[in-house]
Amino acid sequence: MLKTFRIGGIHPPENKLSVWKKVSVLPVPAQAVIPLGQHIGAPAQAVVKKGDMVKVGTLLGKSGGFISSNIHSSVSGKVSKIDSAVDASGYKRPAVYIDVEGDEWEEAIDRSDTPAKECLLSTREIIDRITGAGVVGLGGATFPTQVKLTPPAGMKAEMLIINGVECEPYLTSDHSLMTEKGEEVLAGVAILMKAAGVDKAVVGIENNKPDAIAYLRDLAKGYQGIEVAPLKVKYPQGGEKQLIDAVMRRQVKSGALPISVGAVVQNVGTAYAVYEAVQKNKPLVERIVTVTGGGVREPSNFLVRIGTPVRDLIEAAGGMTGDAGKIIGGGPMMGKALVSEDVPITKGSSGILVLPRVESVRKPARSCIRCAKCVQACPMGLNPSLLMNAAEFAAWELAEKNYIVDCIECGSCSFTCPANRPLLDHIRMGKGKVMGIIRGRKS
Amino acid sequence: MILIAIITLGGIGVVSSGLLYVASKKFEVYENPLVAQVQEALPAANCGGCGYPGCSGFAGACVGAQSLDGLLCPVGGAAVMNRIAAILGKDAAGVEPKIAVVRCNGNCEARPRVNRYDGARNCAIAASLYGGETGCSYGCLGYGDCVTACTFAAIGINPATGLPEVAEDRCTSCGACVKACPKGIIELRKKGPKSRRIFVGCVNKDKGGVARKACSSACIGCSKCEKECKFDAITIADNLAYIDPQKCRLCRKCTASCPTGAIYELNFPPPRKEAVAAAGQVSEEKTN
Amino acid sequence: MENKLIISPSPHIHGGDSIQRNMYGVLLALVPAFAVSVYYFGMGALVVTAVSVASCVLAEYLIQRFLLKREPSIGDGSAILTGVLLAFNLPSNLPAWIIVIGALAAIGIGKMSFGGLGNNIFNPALVGRVFLLISFPAQMTTWPLPGKLPMEYTDSITGATTLSLLNEGGGSLPSVVDMLLGNMGGSLGEVSAAALLLGFVYLLARKIITWHIPVAVIATAFAMTGVMYLADPLSYADPVVHLLSGGLLLGAIFMATDYVTSPMSSSGMIVYGVGIGLLTSVIRLFGSYPEGVSFAILIMNALTPLINTYFKPKHFGGK
Repeated sequence: MLKTFRIGGIHPPENKLSVWKKVSVLPVPAQAVIPLGQHIGAPAQAVVKKGDMVKVGTLLGKSGGFISSNIHSSVSGKVSKIDSAVDASGYKRPAVYIDVEGDEWEEAIDRSDTPAKECLLSTREIIDRITGAGVVGLGGATFPTQVKLTPPAGMKAEMLIINGVECEPYLTSDHSLMTEKGEEVLAGVAILMKAAGVDKAVVGIENNKPDAIAYLRDLAKGYQGIEVAPLKVKYPQGGEKQLIDAVMRRQVKSGALPISVGAVVQNVGTAYAVYEAVQKNKPLVERIVTVTGGGVREPSNFLVRIGTPVRDLIEAAGGMTGDAGKIIGGGPMMGKALVSEDVPITKGSSGILVLPRVESVRKPARSCIRCAKCVQACPMGLNPSLLMNAAEFAAWELAEKNYIVDCIECGSCSFTCPANRPLLDHIRMGKGKVMGIIRGRKS
Repeated sequence: MILIAIITLGGIGVVSSGLLYVASKKFEVYENPLVAQVQEALPAANCGGCGYPGCSGFAGACVGAQSLDGLLCPVGGAAVMNRIAAILGKDAAGVEPKIAVVRCNGNCEARPRVNRYDGARNCAIAASLYGGETGCSYGCLGYGDCVTACTFAAIGINPATGLPEVAEDRCTSCGACVKACPKGIIELRKKGPKSRRIFVGCVNKDKGGVARKACSSACIGCSKCEKECKFDAITIADNLAYIDPQKCRLCRKCTASCPTGAIYELNFPPPRKEAVAAAGQVSEEKTN
Repeated sequence: MENKLIISPSPHIHGGDSIQRNMYGVLLALVPAFAVSVYYFGMGALVVTAVSVASCVLAEYLIQRFLLKREPSIGDGSAILTGVLLAFNLPSNLPAWIIVIGALAAIGIGKMSFGGLGNNIFNPALVGRVFLLISFPAQMTTWPLPGKLPMEYTDSITGATTLSLLNEGGGSLPSVVDMLLGNMGGSLGEVSAAALLLGFVYLLARKIITWHIPVAVIATAFAMTGVMYLADPLSYADPVVHLLSGGLLLGAIFMATDYVTSPMSSSGMIVYGVGIGLLTSVIRLFGSYPEGVSFAILIMNALTPLINTYFKPKHFGGK
């Protein structure tokens, strides 16, 4: 029996259209728009000004707080302005615009391809390099990596769990990374183990990626303490708490951190970025992005510089079909619909999904028939139907009592609902409200 | 037979009444009789406009407070506050009648759509997702959270403009819509003499050019009105004009000076012909 | 259509499940039982079902259209399902005008007065059935005996059901094989245990319902009647007889599992199912009515909101 998490879950069609495509390098864009807030937490403070010349790897923004991250230039050229740009969040946020000239890199960056397995740095030095390089969680949550590696006092990690699940339908960026850069990923895992002070790491991969499992298993023989765990396909296995439950059979309590059950979870993409940051001194300036969906002609995987407009990626994937109706940053379950093709790729962009118009429009919602399919689907063991009603009628106390803040916004409830009710729309809004109320009570 | 029935039923009655008596004594909650009196005087709308959970909460607060300063039932206004003051033997604070105004006039023509929203029709949800269907990320979303919040049916979306409109005779200035609007478009303003008031019908803080591109009736922060105003009632901050209702003398000079027609005047006698041309069609709709 | 990008919150895909799929799925699962009833009760089964379905659908349409002034939603299949389930709980020789009254009670009182599908507290078909049982006790408890494709509708030979034999004593019970196949007296849809179980397997396979409620009902009723049988085999019948006779299986599989009126969490479903099993057994063993499934389900329907309050889904990470 393959492992998987124990509560709820769904099986959306996988649609991994771009799975057989090798990662190709996307040309540097003519203008890069690099948002200063690409992570959870405070945006970075700009340290360049209009007219400055920058190289690839030049620091553009300095971390603006404890939970924040550095931002580096992904291109070389001239800073044309520091203004706001609509990013994947749908709102205008400060960003650095750079007109690209050539492709010059900072000298300190090692651009060779030779894998460097050995790492002799101390834990402190590793974490400093990760902080300096602006590495954040690349699974989509973009939580600054160094914060996760510095547990609160008195907490000790037992195990590092590497998230190679990629449970979102359509996306294949992590899959391509594991099959094409497996060596580097594992070297990164070893570094992360050292940084987190653990001697055991498990790479969790869903068994719809047998090539990645076999390849990494083979490579893992060369490392002490790294194990590859094939997992039964079920969404949302890539959720942090779900993955810990699948791998360790331990459930993180409501409101607690993964470290409370001895786990630190990092994405495979993050492991690769950590490897580059520590061994190659390379800041996080590019990432693998899947461009996919029925709305693009040639679904592909690209290595893309941060700040490249989505338009360039879609063009490289053969352009949109005539009936494209929705562009999504991320996967179909948790991704955000983008307002335009000018939105730049950021650290958290794992994919660009273009859906044809017919797949883009929701069916009209009917009244709830209390079939409880959402209850069965919810991986957090909540009652989405009840929570939606509570949120819709502003019954915040009821919502809080029924753990609305535990919702991980995976969308399984809305996906399942036979009455097409927008369950997650309301629950997400209610979760925000209730979290605000809780914060207000604390202060 | 009848006797048994009478005895049984009578017995049950006696026992139950005894139980009820004991329970009512044992679980009795003492309440200051003044609270009930004050609550009697309140409009019983339970709208929460006073900031307390319902009328009984407000009544408790009035009885408990040293003075009535800062306590106001927006629905009942001065009349109710005076009555409460009389019951409690305290002085009532002065009350100025207010009303809700909608500070957005980006109707379908002025503010073309640039995308289509397909989520749950709820402003809070749409606002947490993105800037909205039009180029203006400050303007009204039009999904009617204010309408849902209003207990008095005093605000409704006009299907022609897609914007909320306030029914003046029903609005009690409880402020529920102000709290409900995620964009902070609705403001409680001084009702003004004969309900006449002037305000800027826009909350867009983008630079003039950007705002103008997104909406033809946007305030572009050009400060023409600021210069026109003789009473220093208009200030410009973040590319946006604001008219201080306390300082405004309702001279209406600013309305004519606005190049985008973003300043609105309500309940004035019909303007002279040249003013109609300047104010444009939108404000006319608003006045009606 | 306008050519603008569509924006919506996630998720951006839907599993394709619909109310119709579930309702028509249940109807499909009822086909074997219907086939058996037509085989044994012939014309009567056809007429009763047709009248019941037609009047339920018409009642729903008329109420939505003219009383509630809403867009009629008869296409979702729920009124058809109510009609079929009501018919399955009636004797096959019931006069048409009584069926029409039952359908009106089911849809009008049981469903629409609460606000339509999703808002009703009680299972509409059972509301209709109990309404008829109380109003027309004689007609509702006269069951025609099964024949082979009989063509007459109201003039068939009538006899007692297994449960009324048990309740009143005397008479010989049908064999277990007959009970499995449905060769006994009873309401038209409840007679064949095998056909109903076939439907259950289908519902589980298509994930229309979960196992919790039916298994809890059946296991509890079996255990309870079994204990009484072991204590006093002379006064109480074999639990297998209880299981296969009357409306227990039809109720457990198709009526108790009605989405709207059953609890939402797995633990709640078990509690609800156990409650139905217990109440059914109590009414059958000690009550004056021979059959108690309908009442048991309706009583537990009333308790469903309470069960939902106290039996929450198993929360991730425990308390």
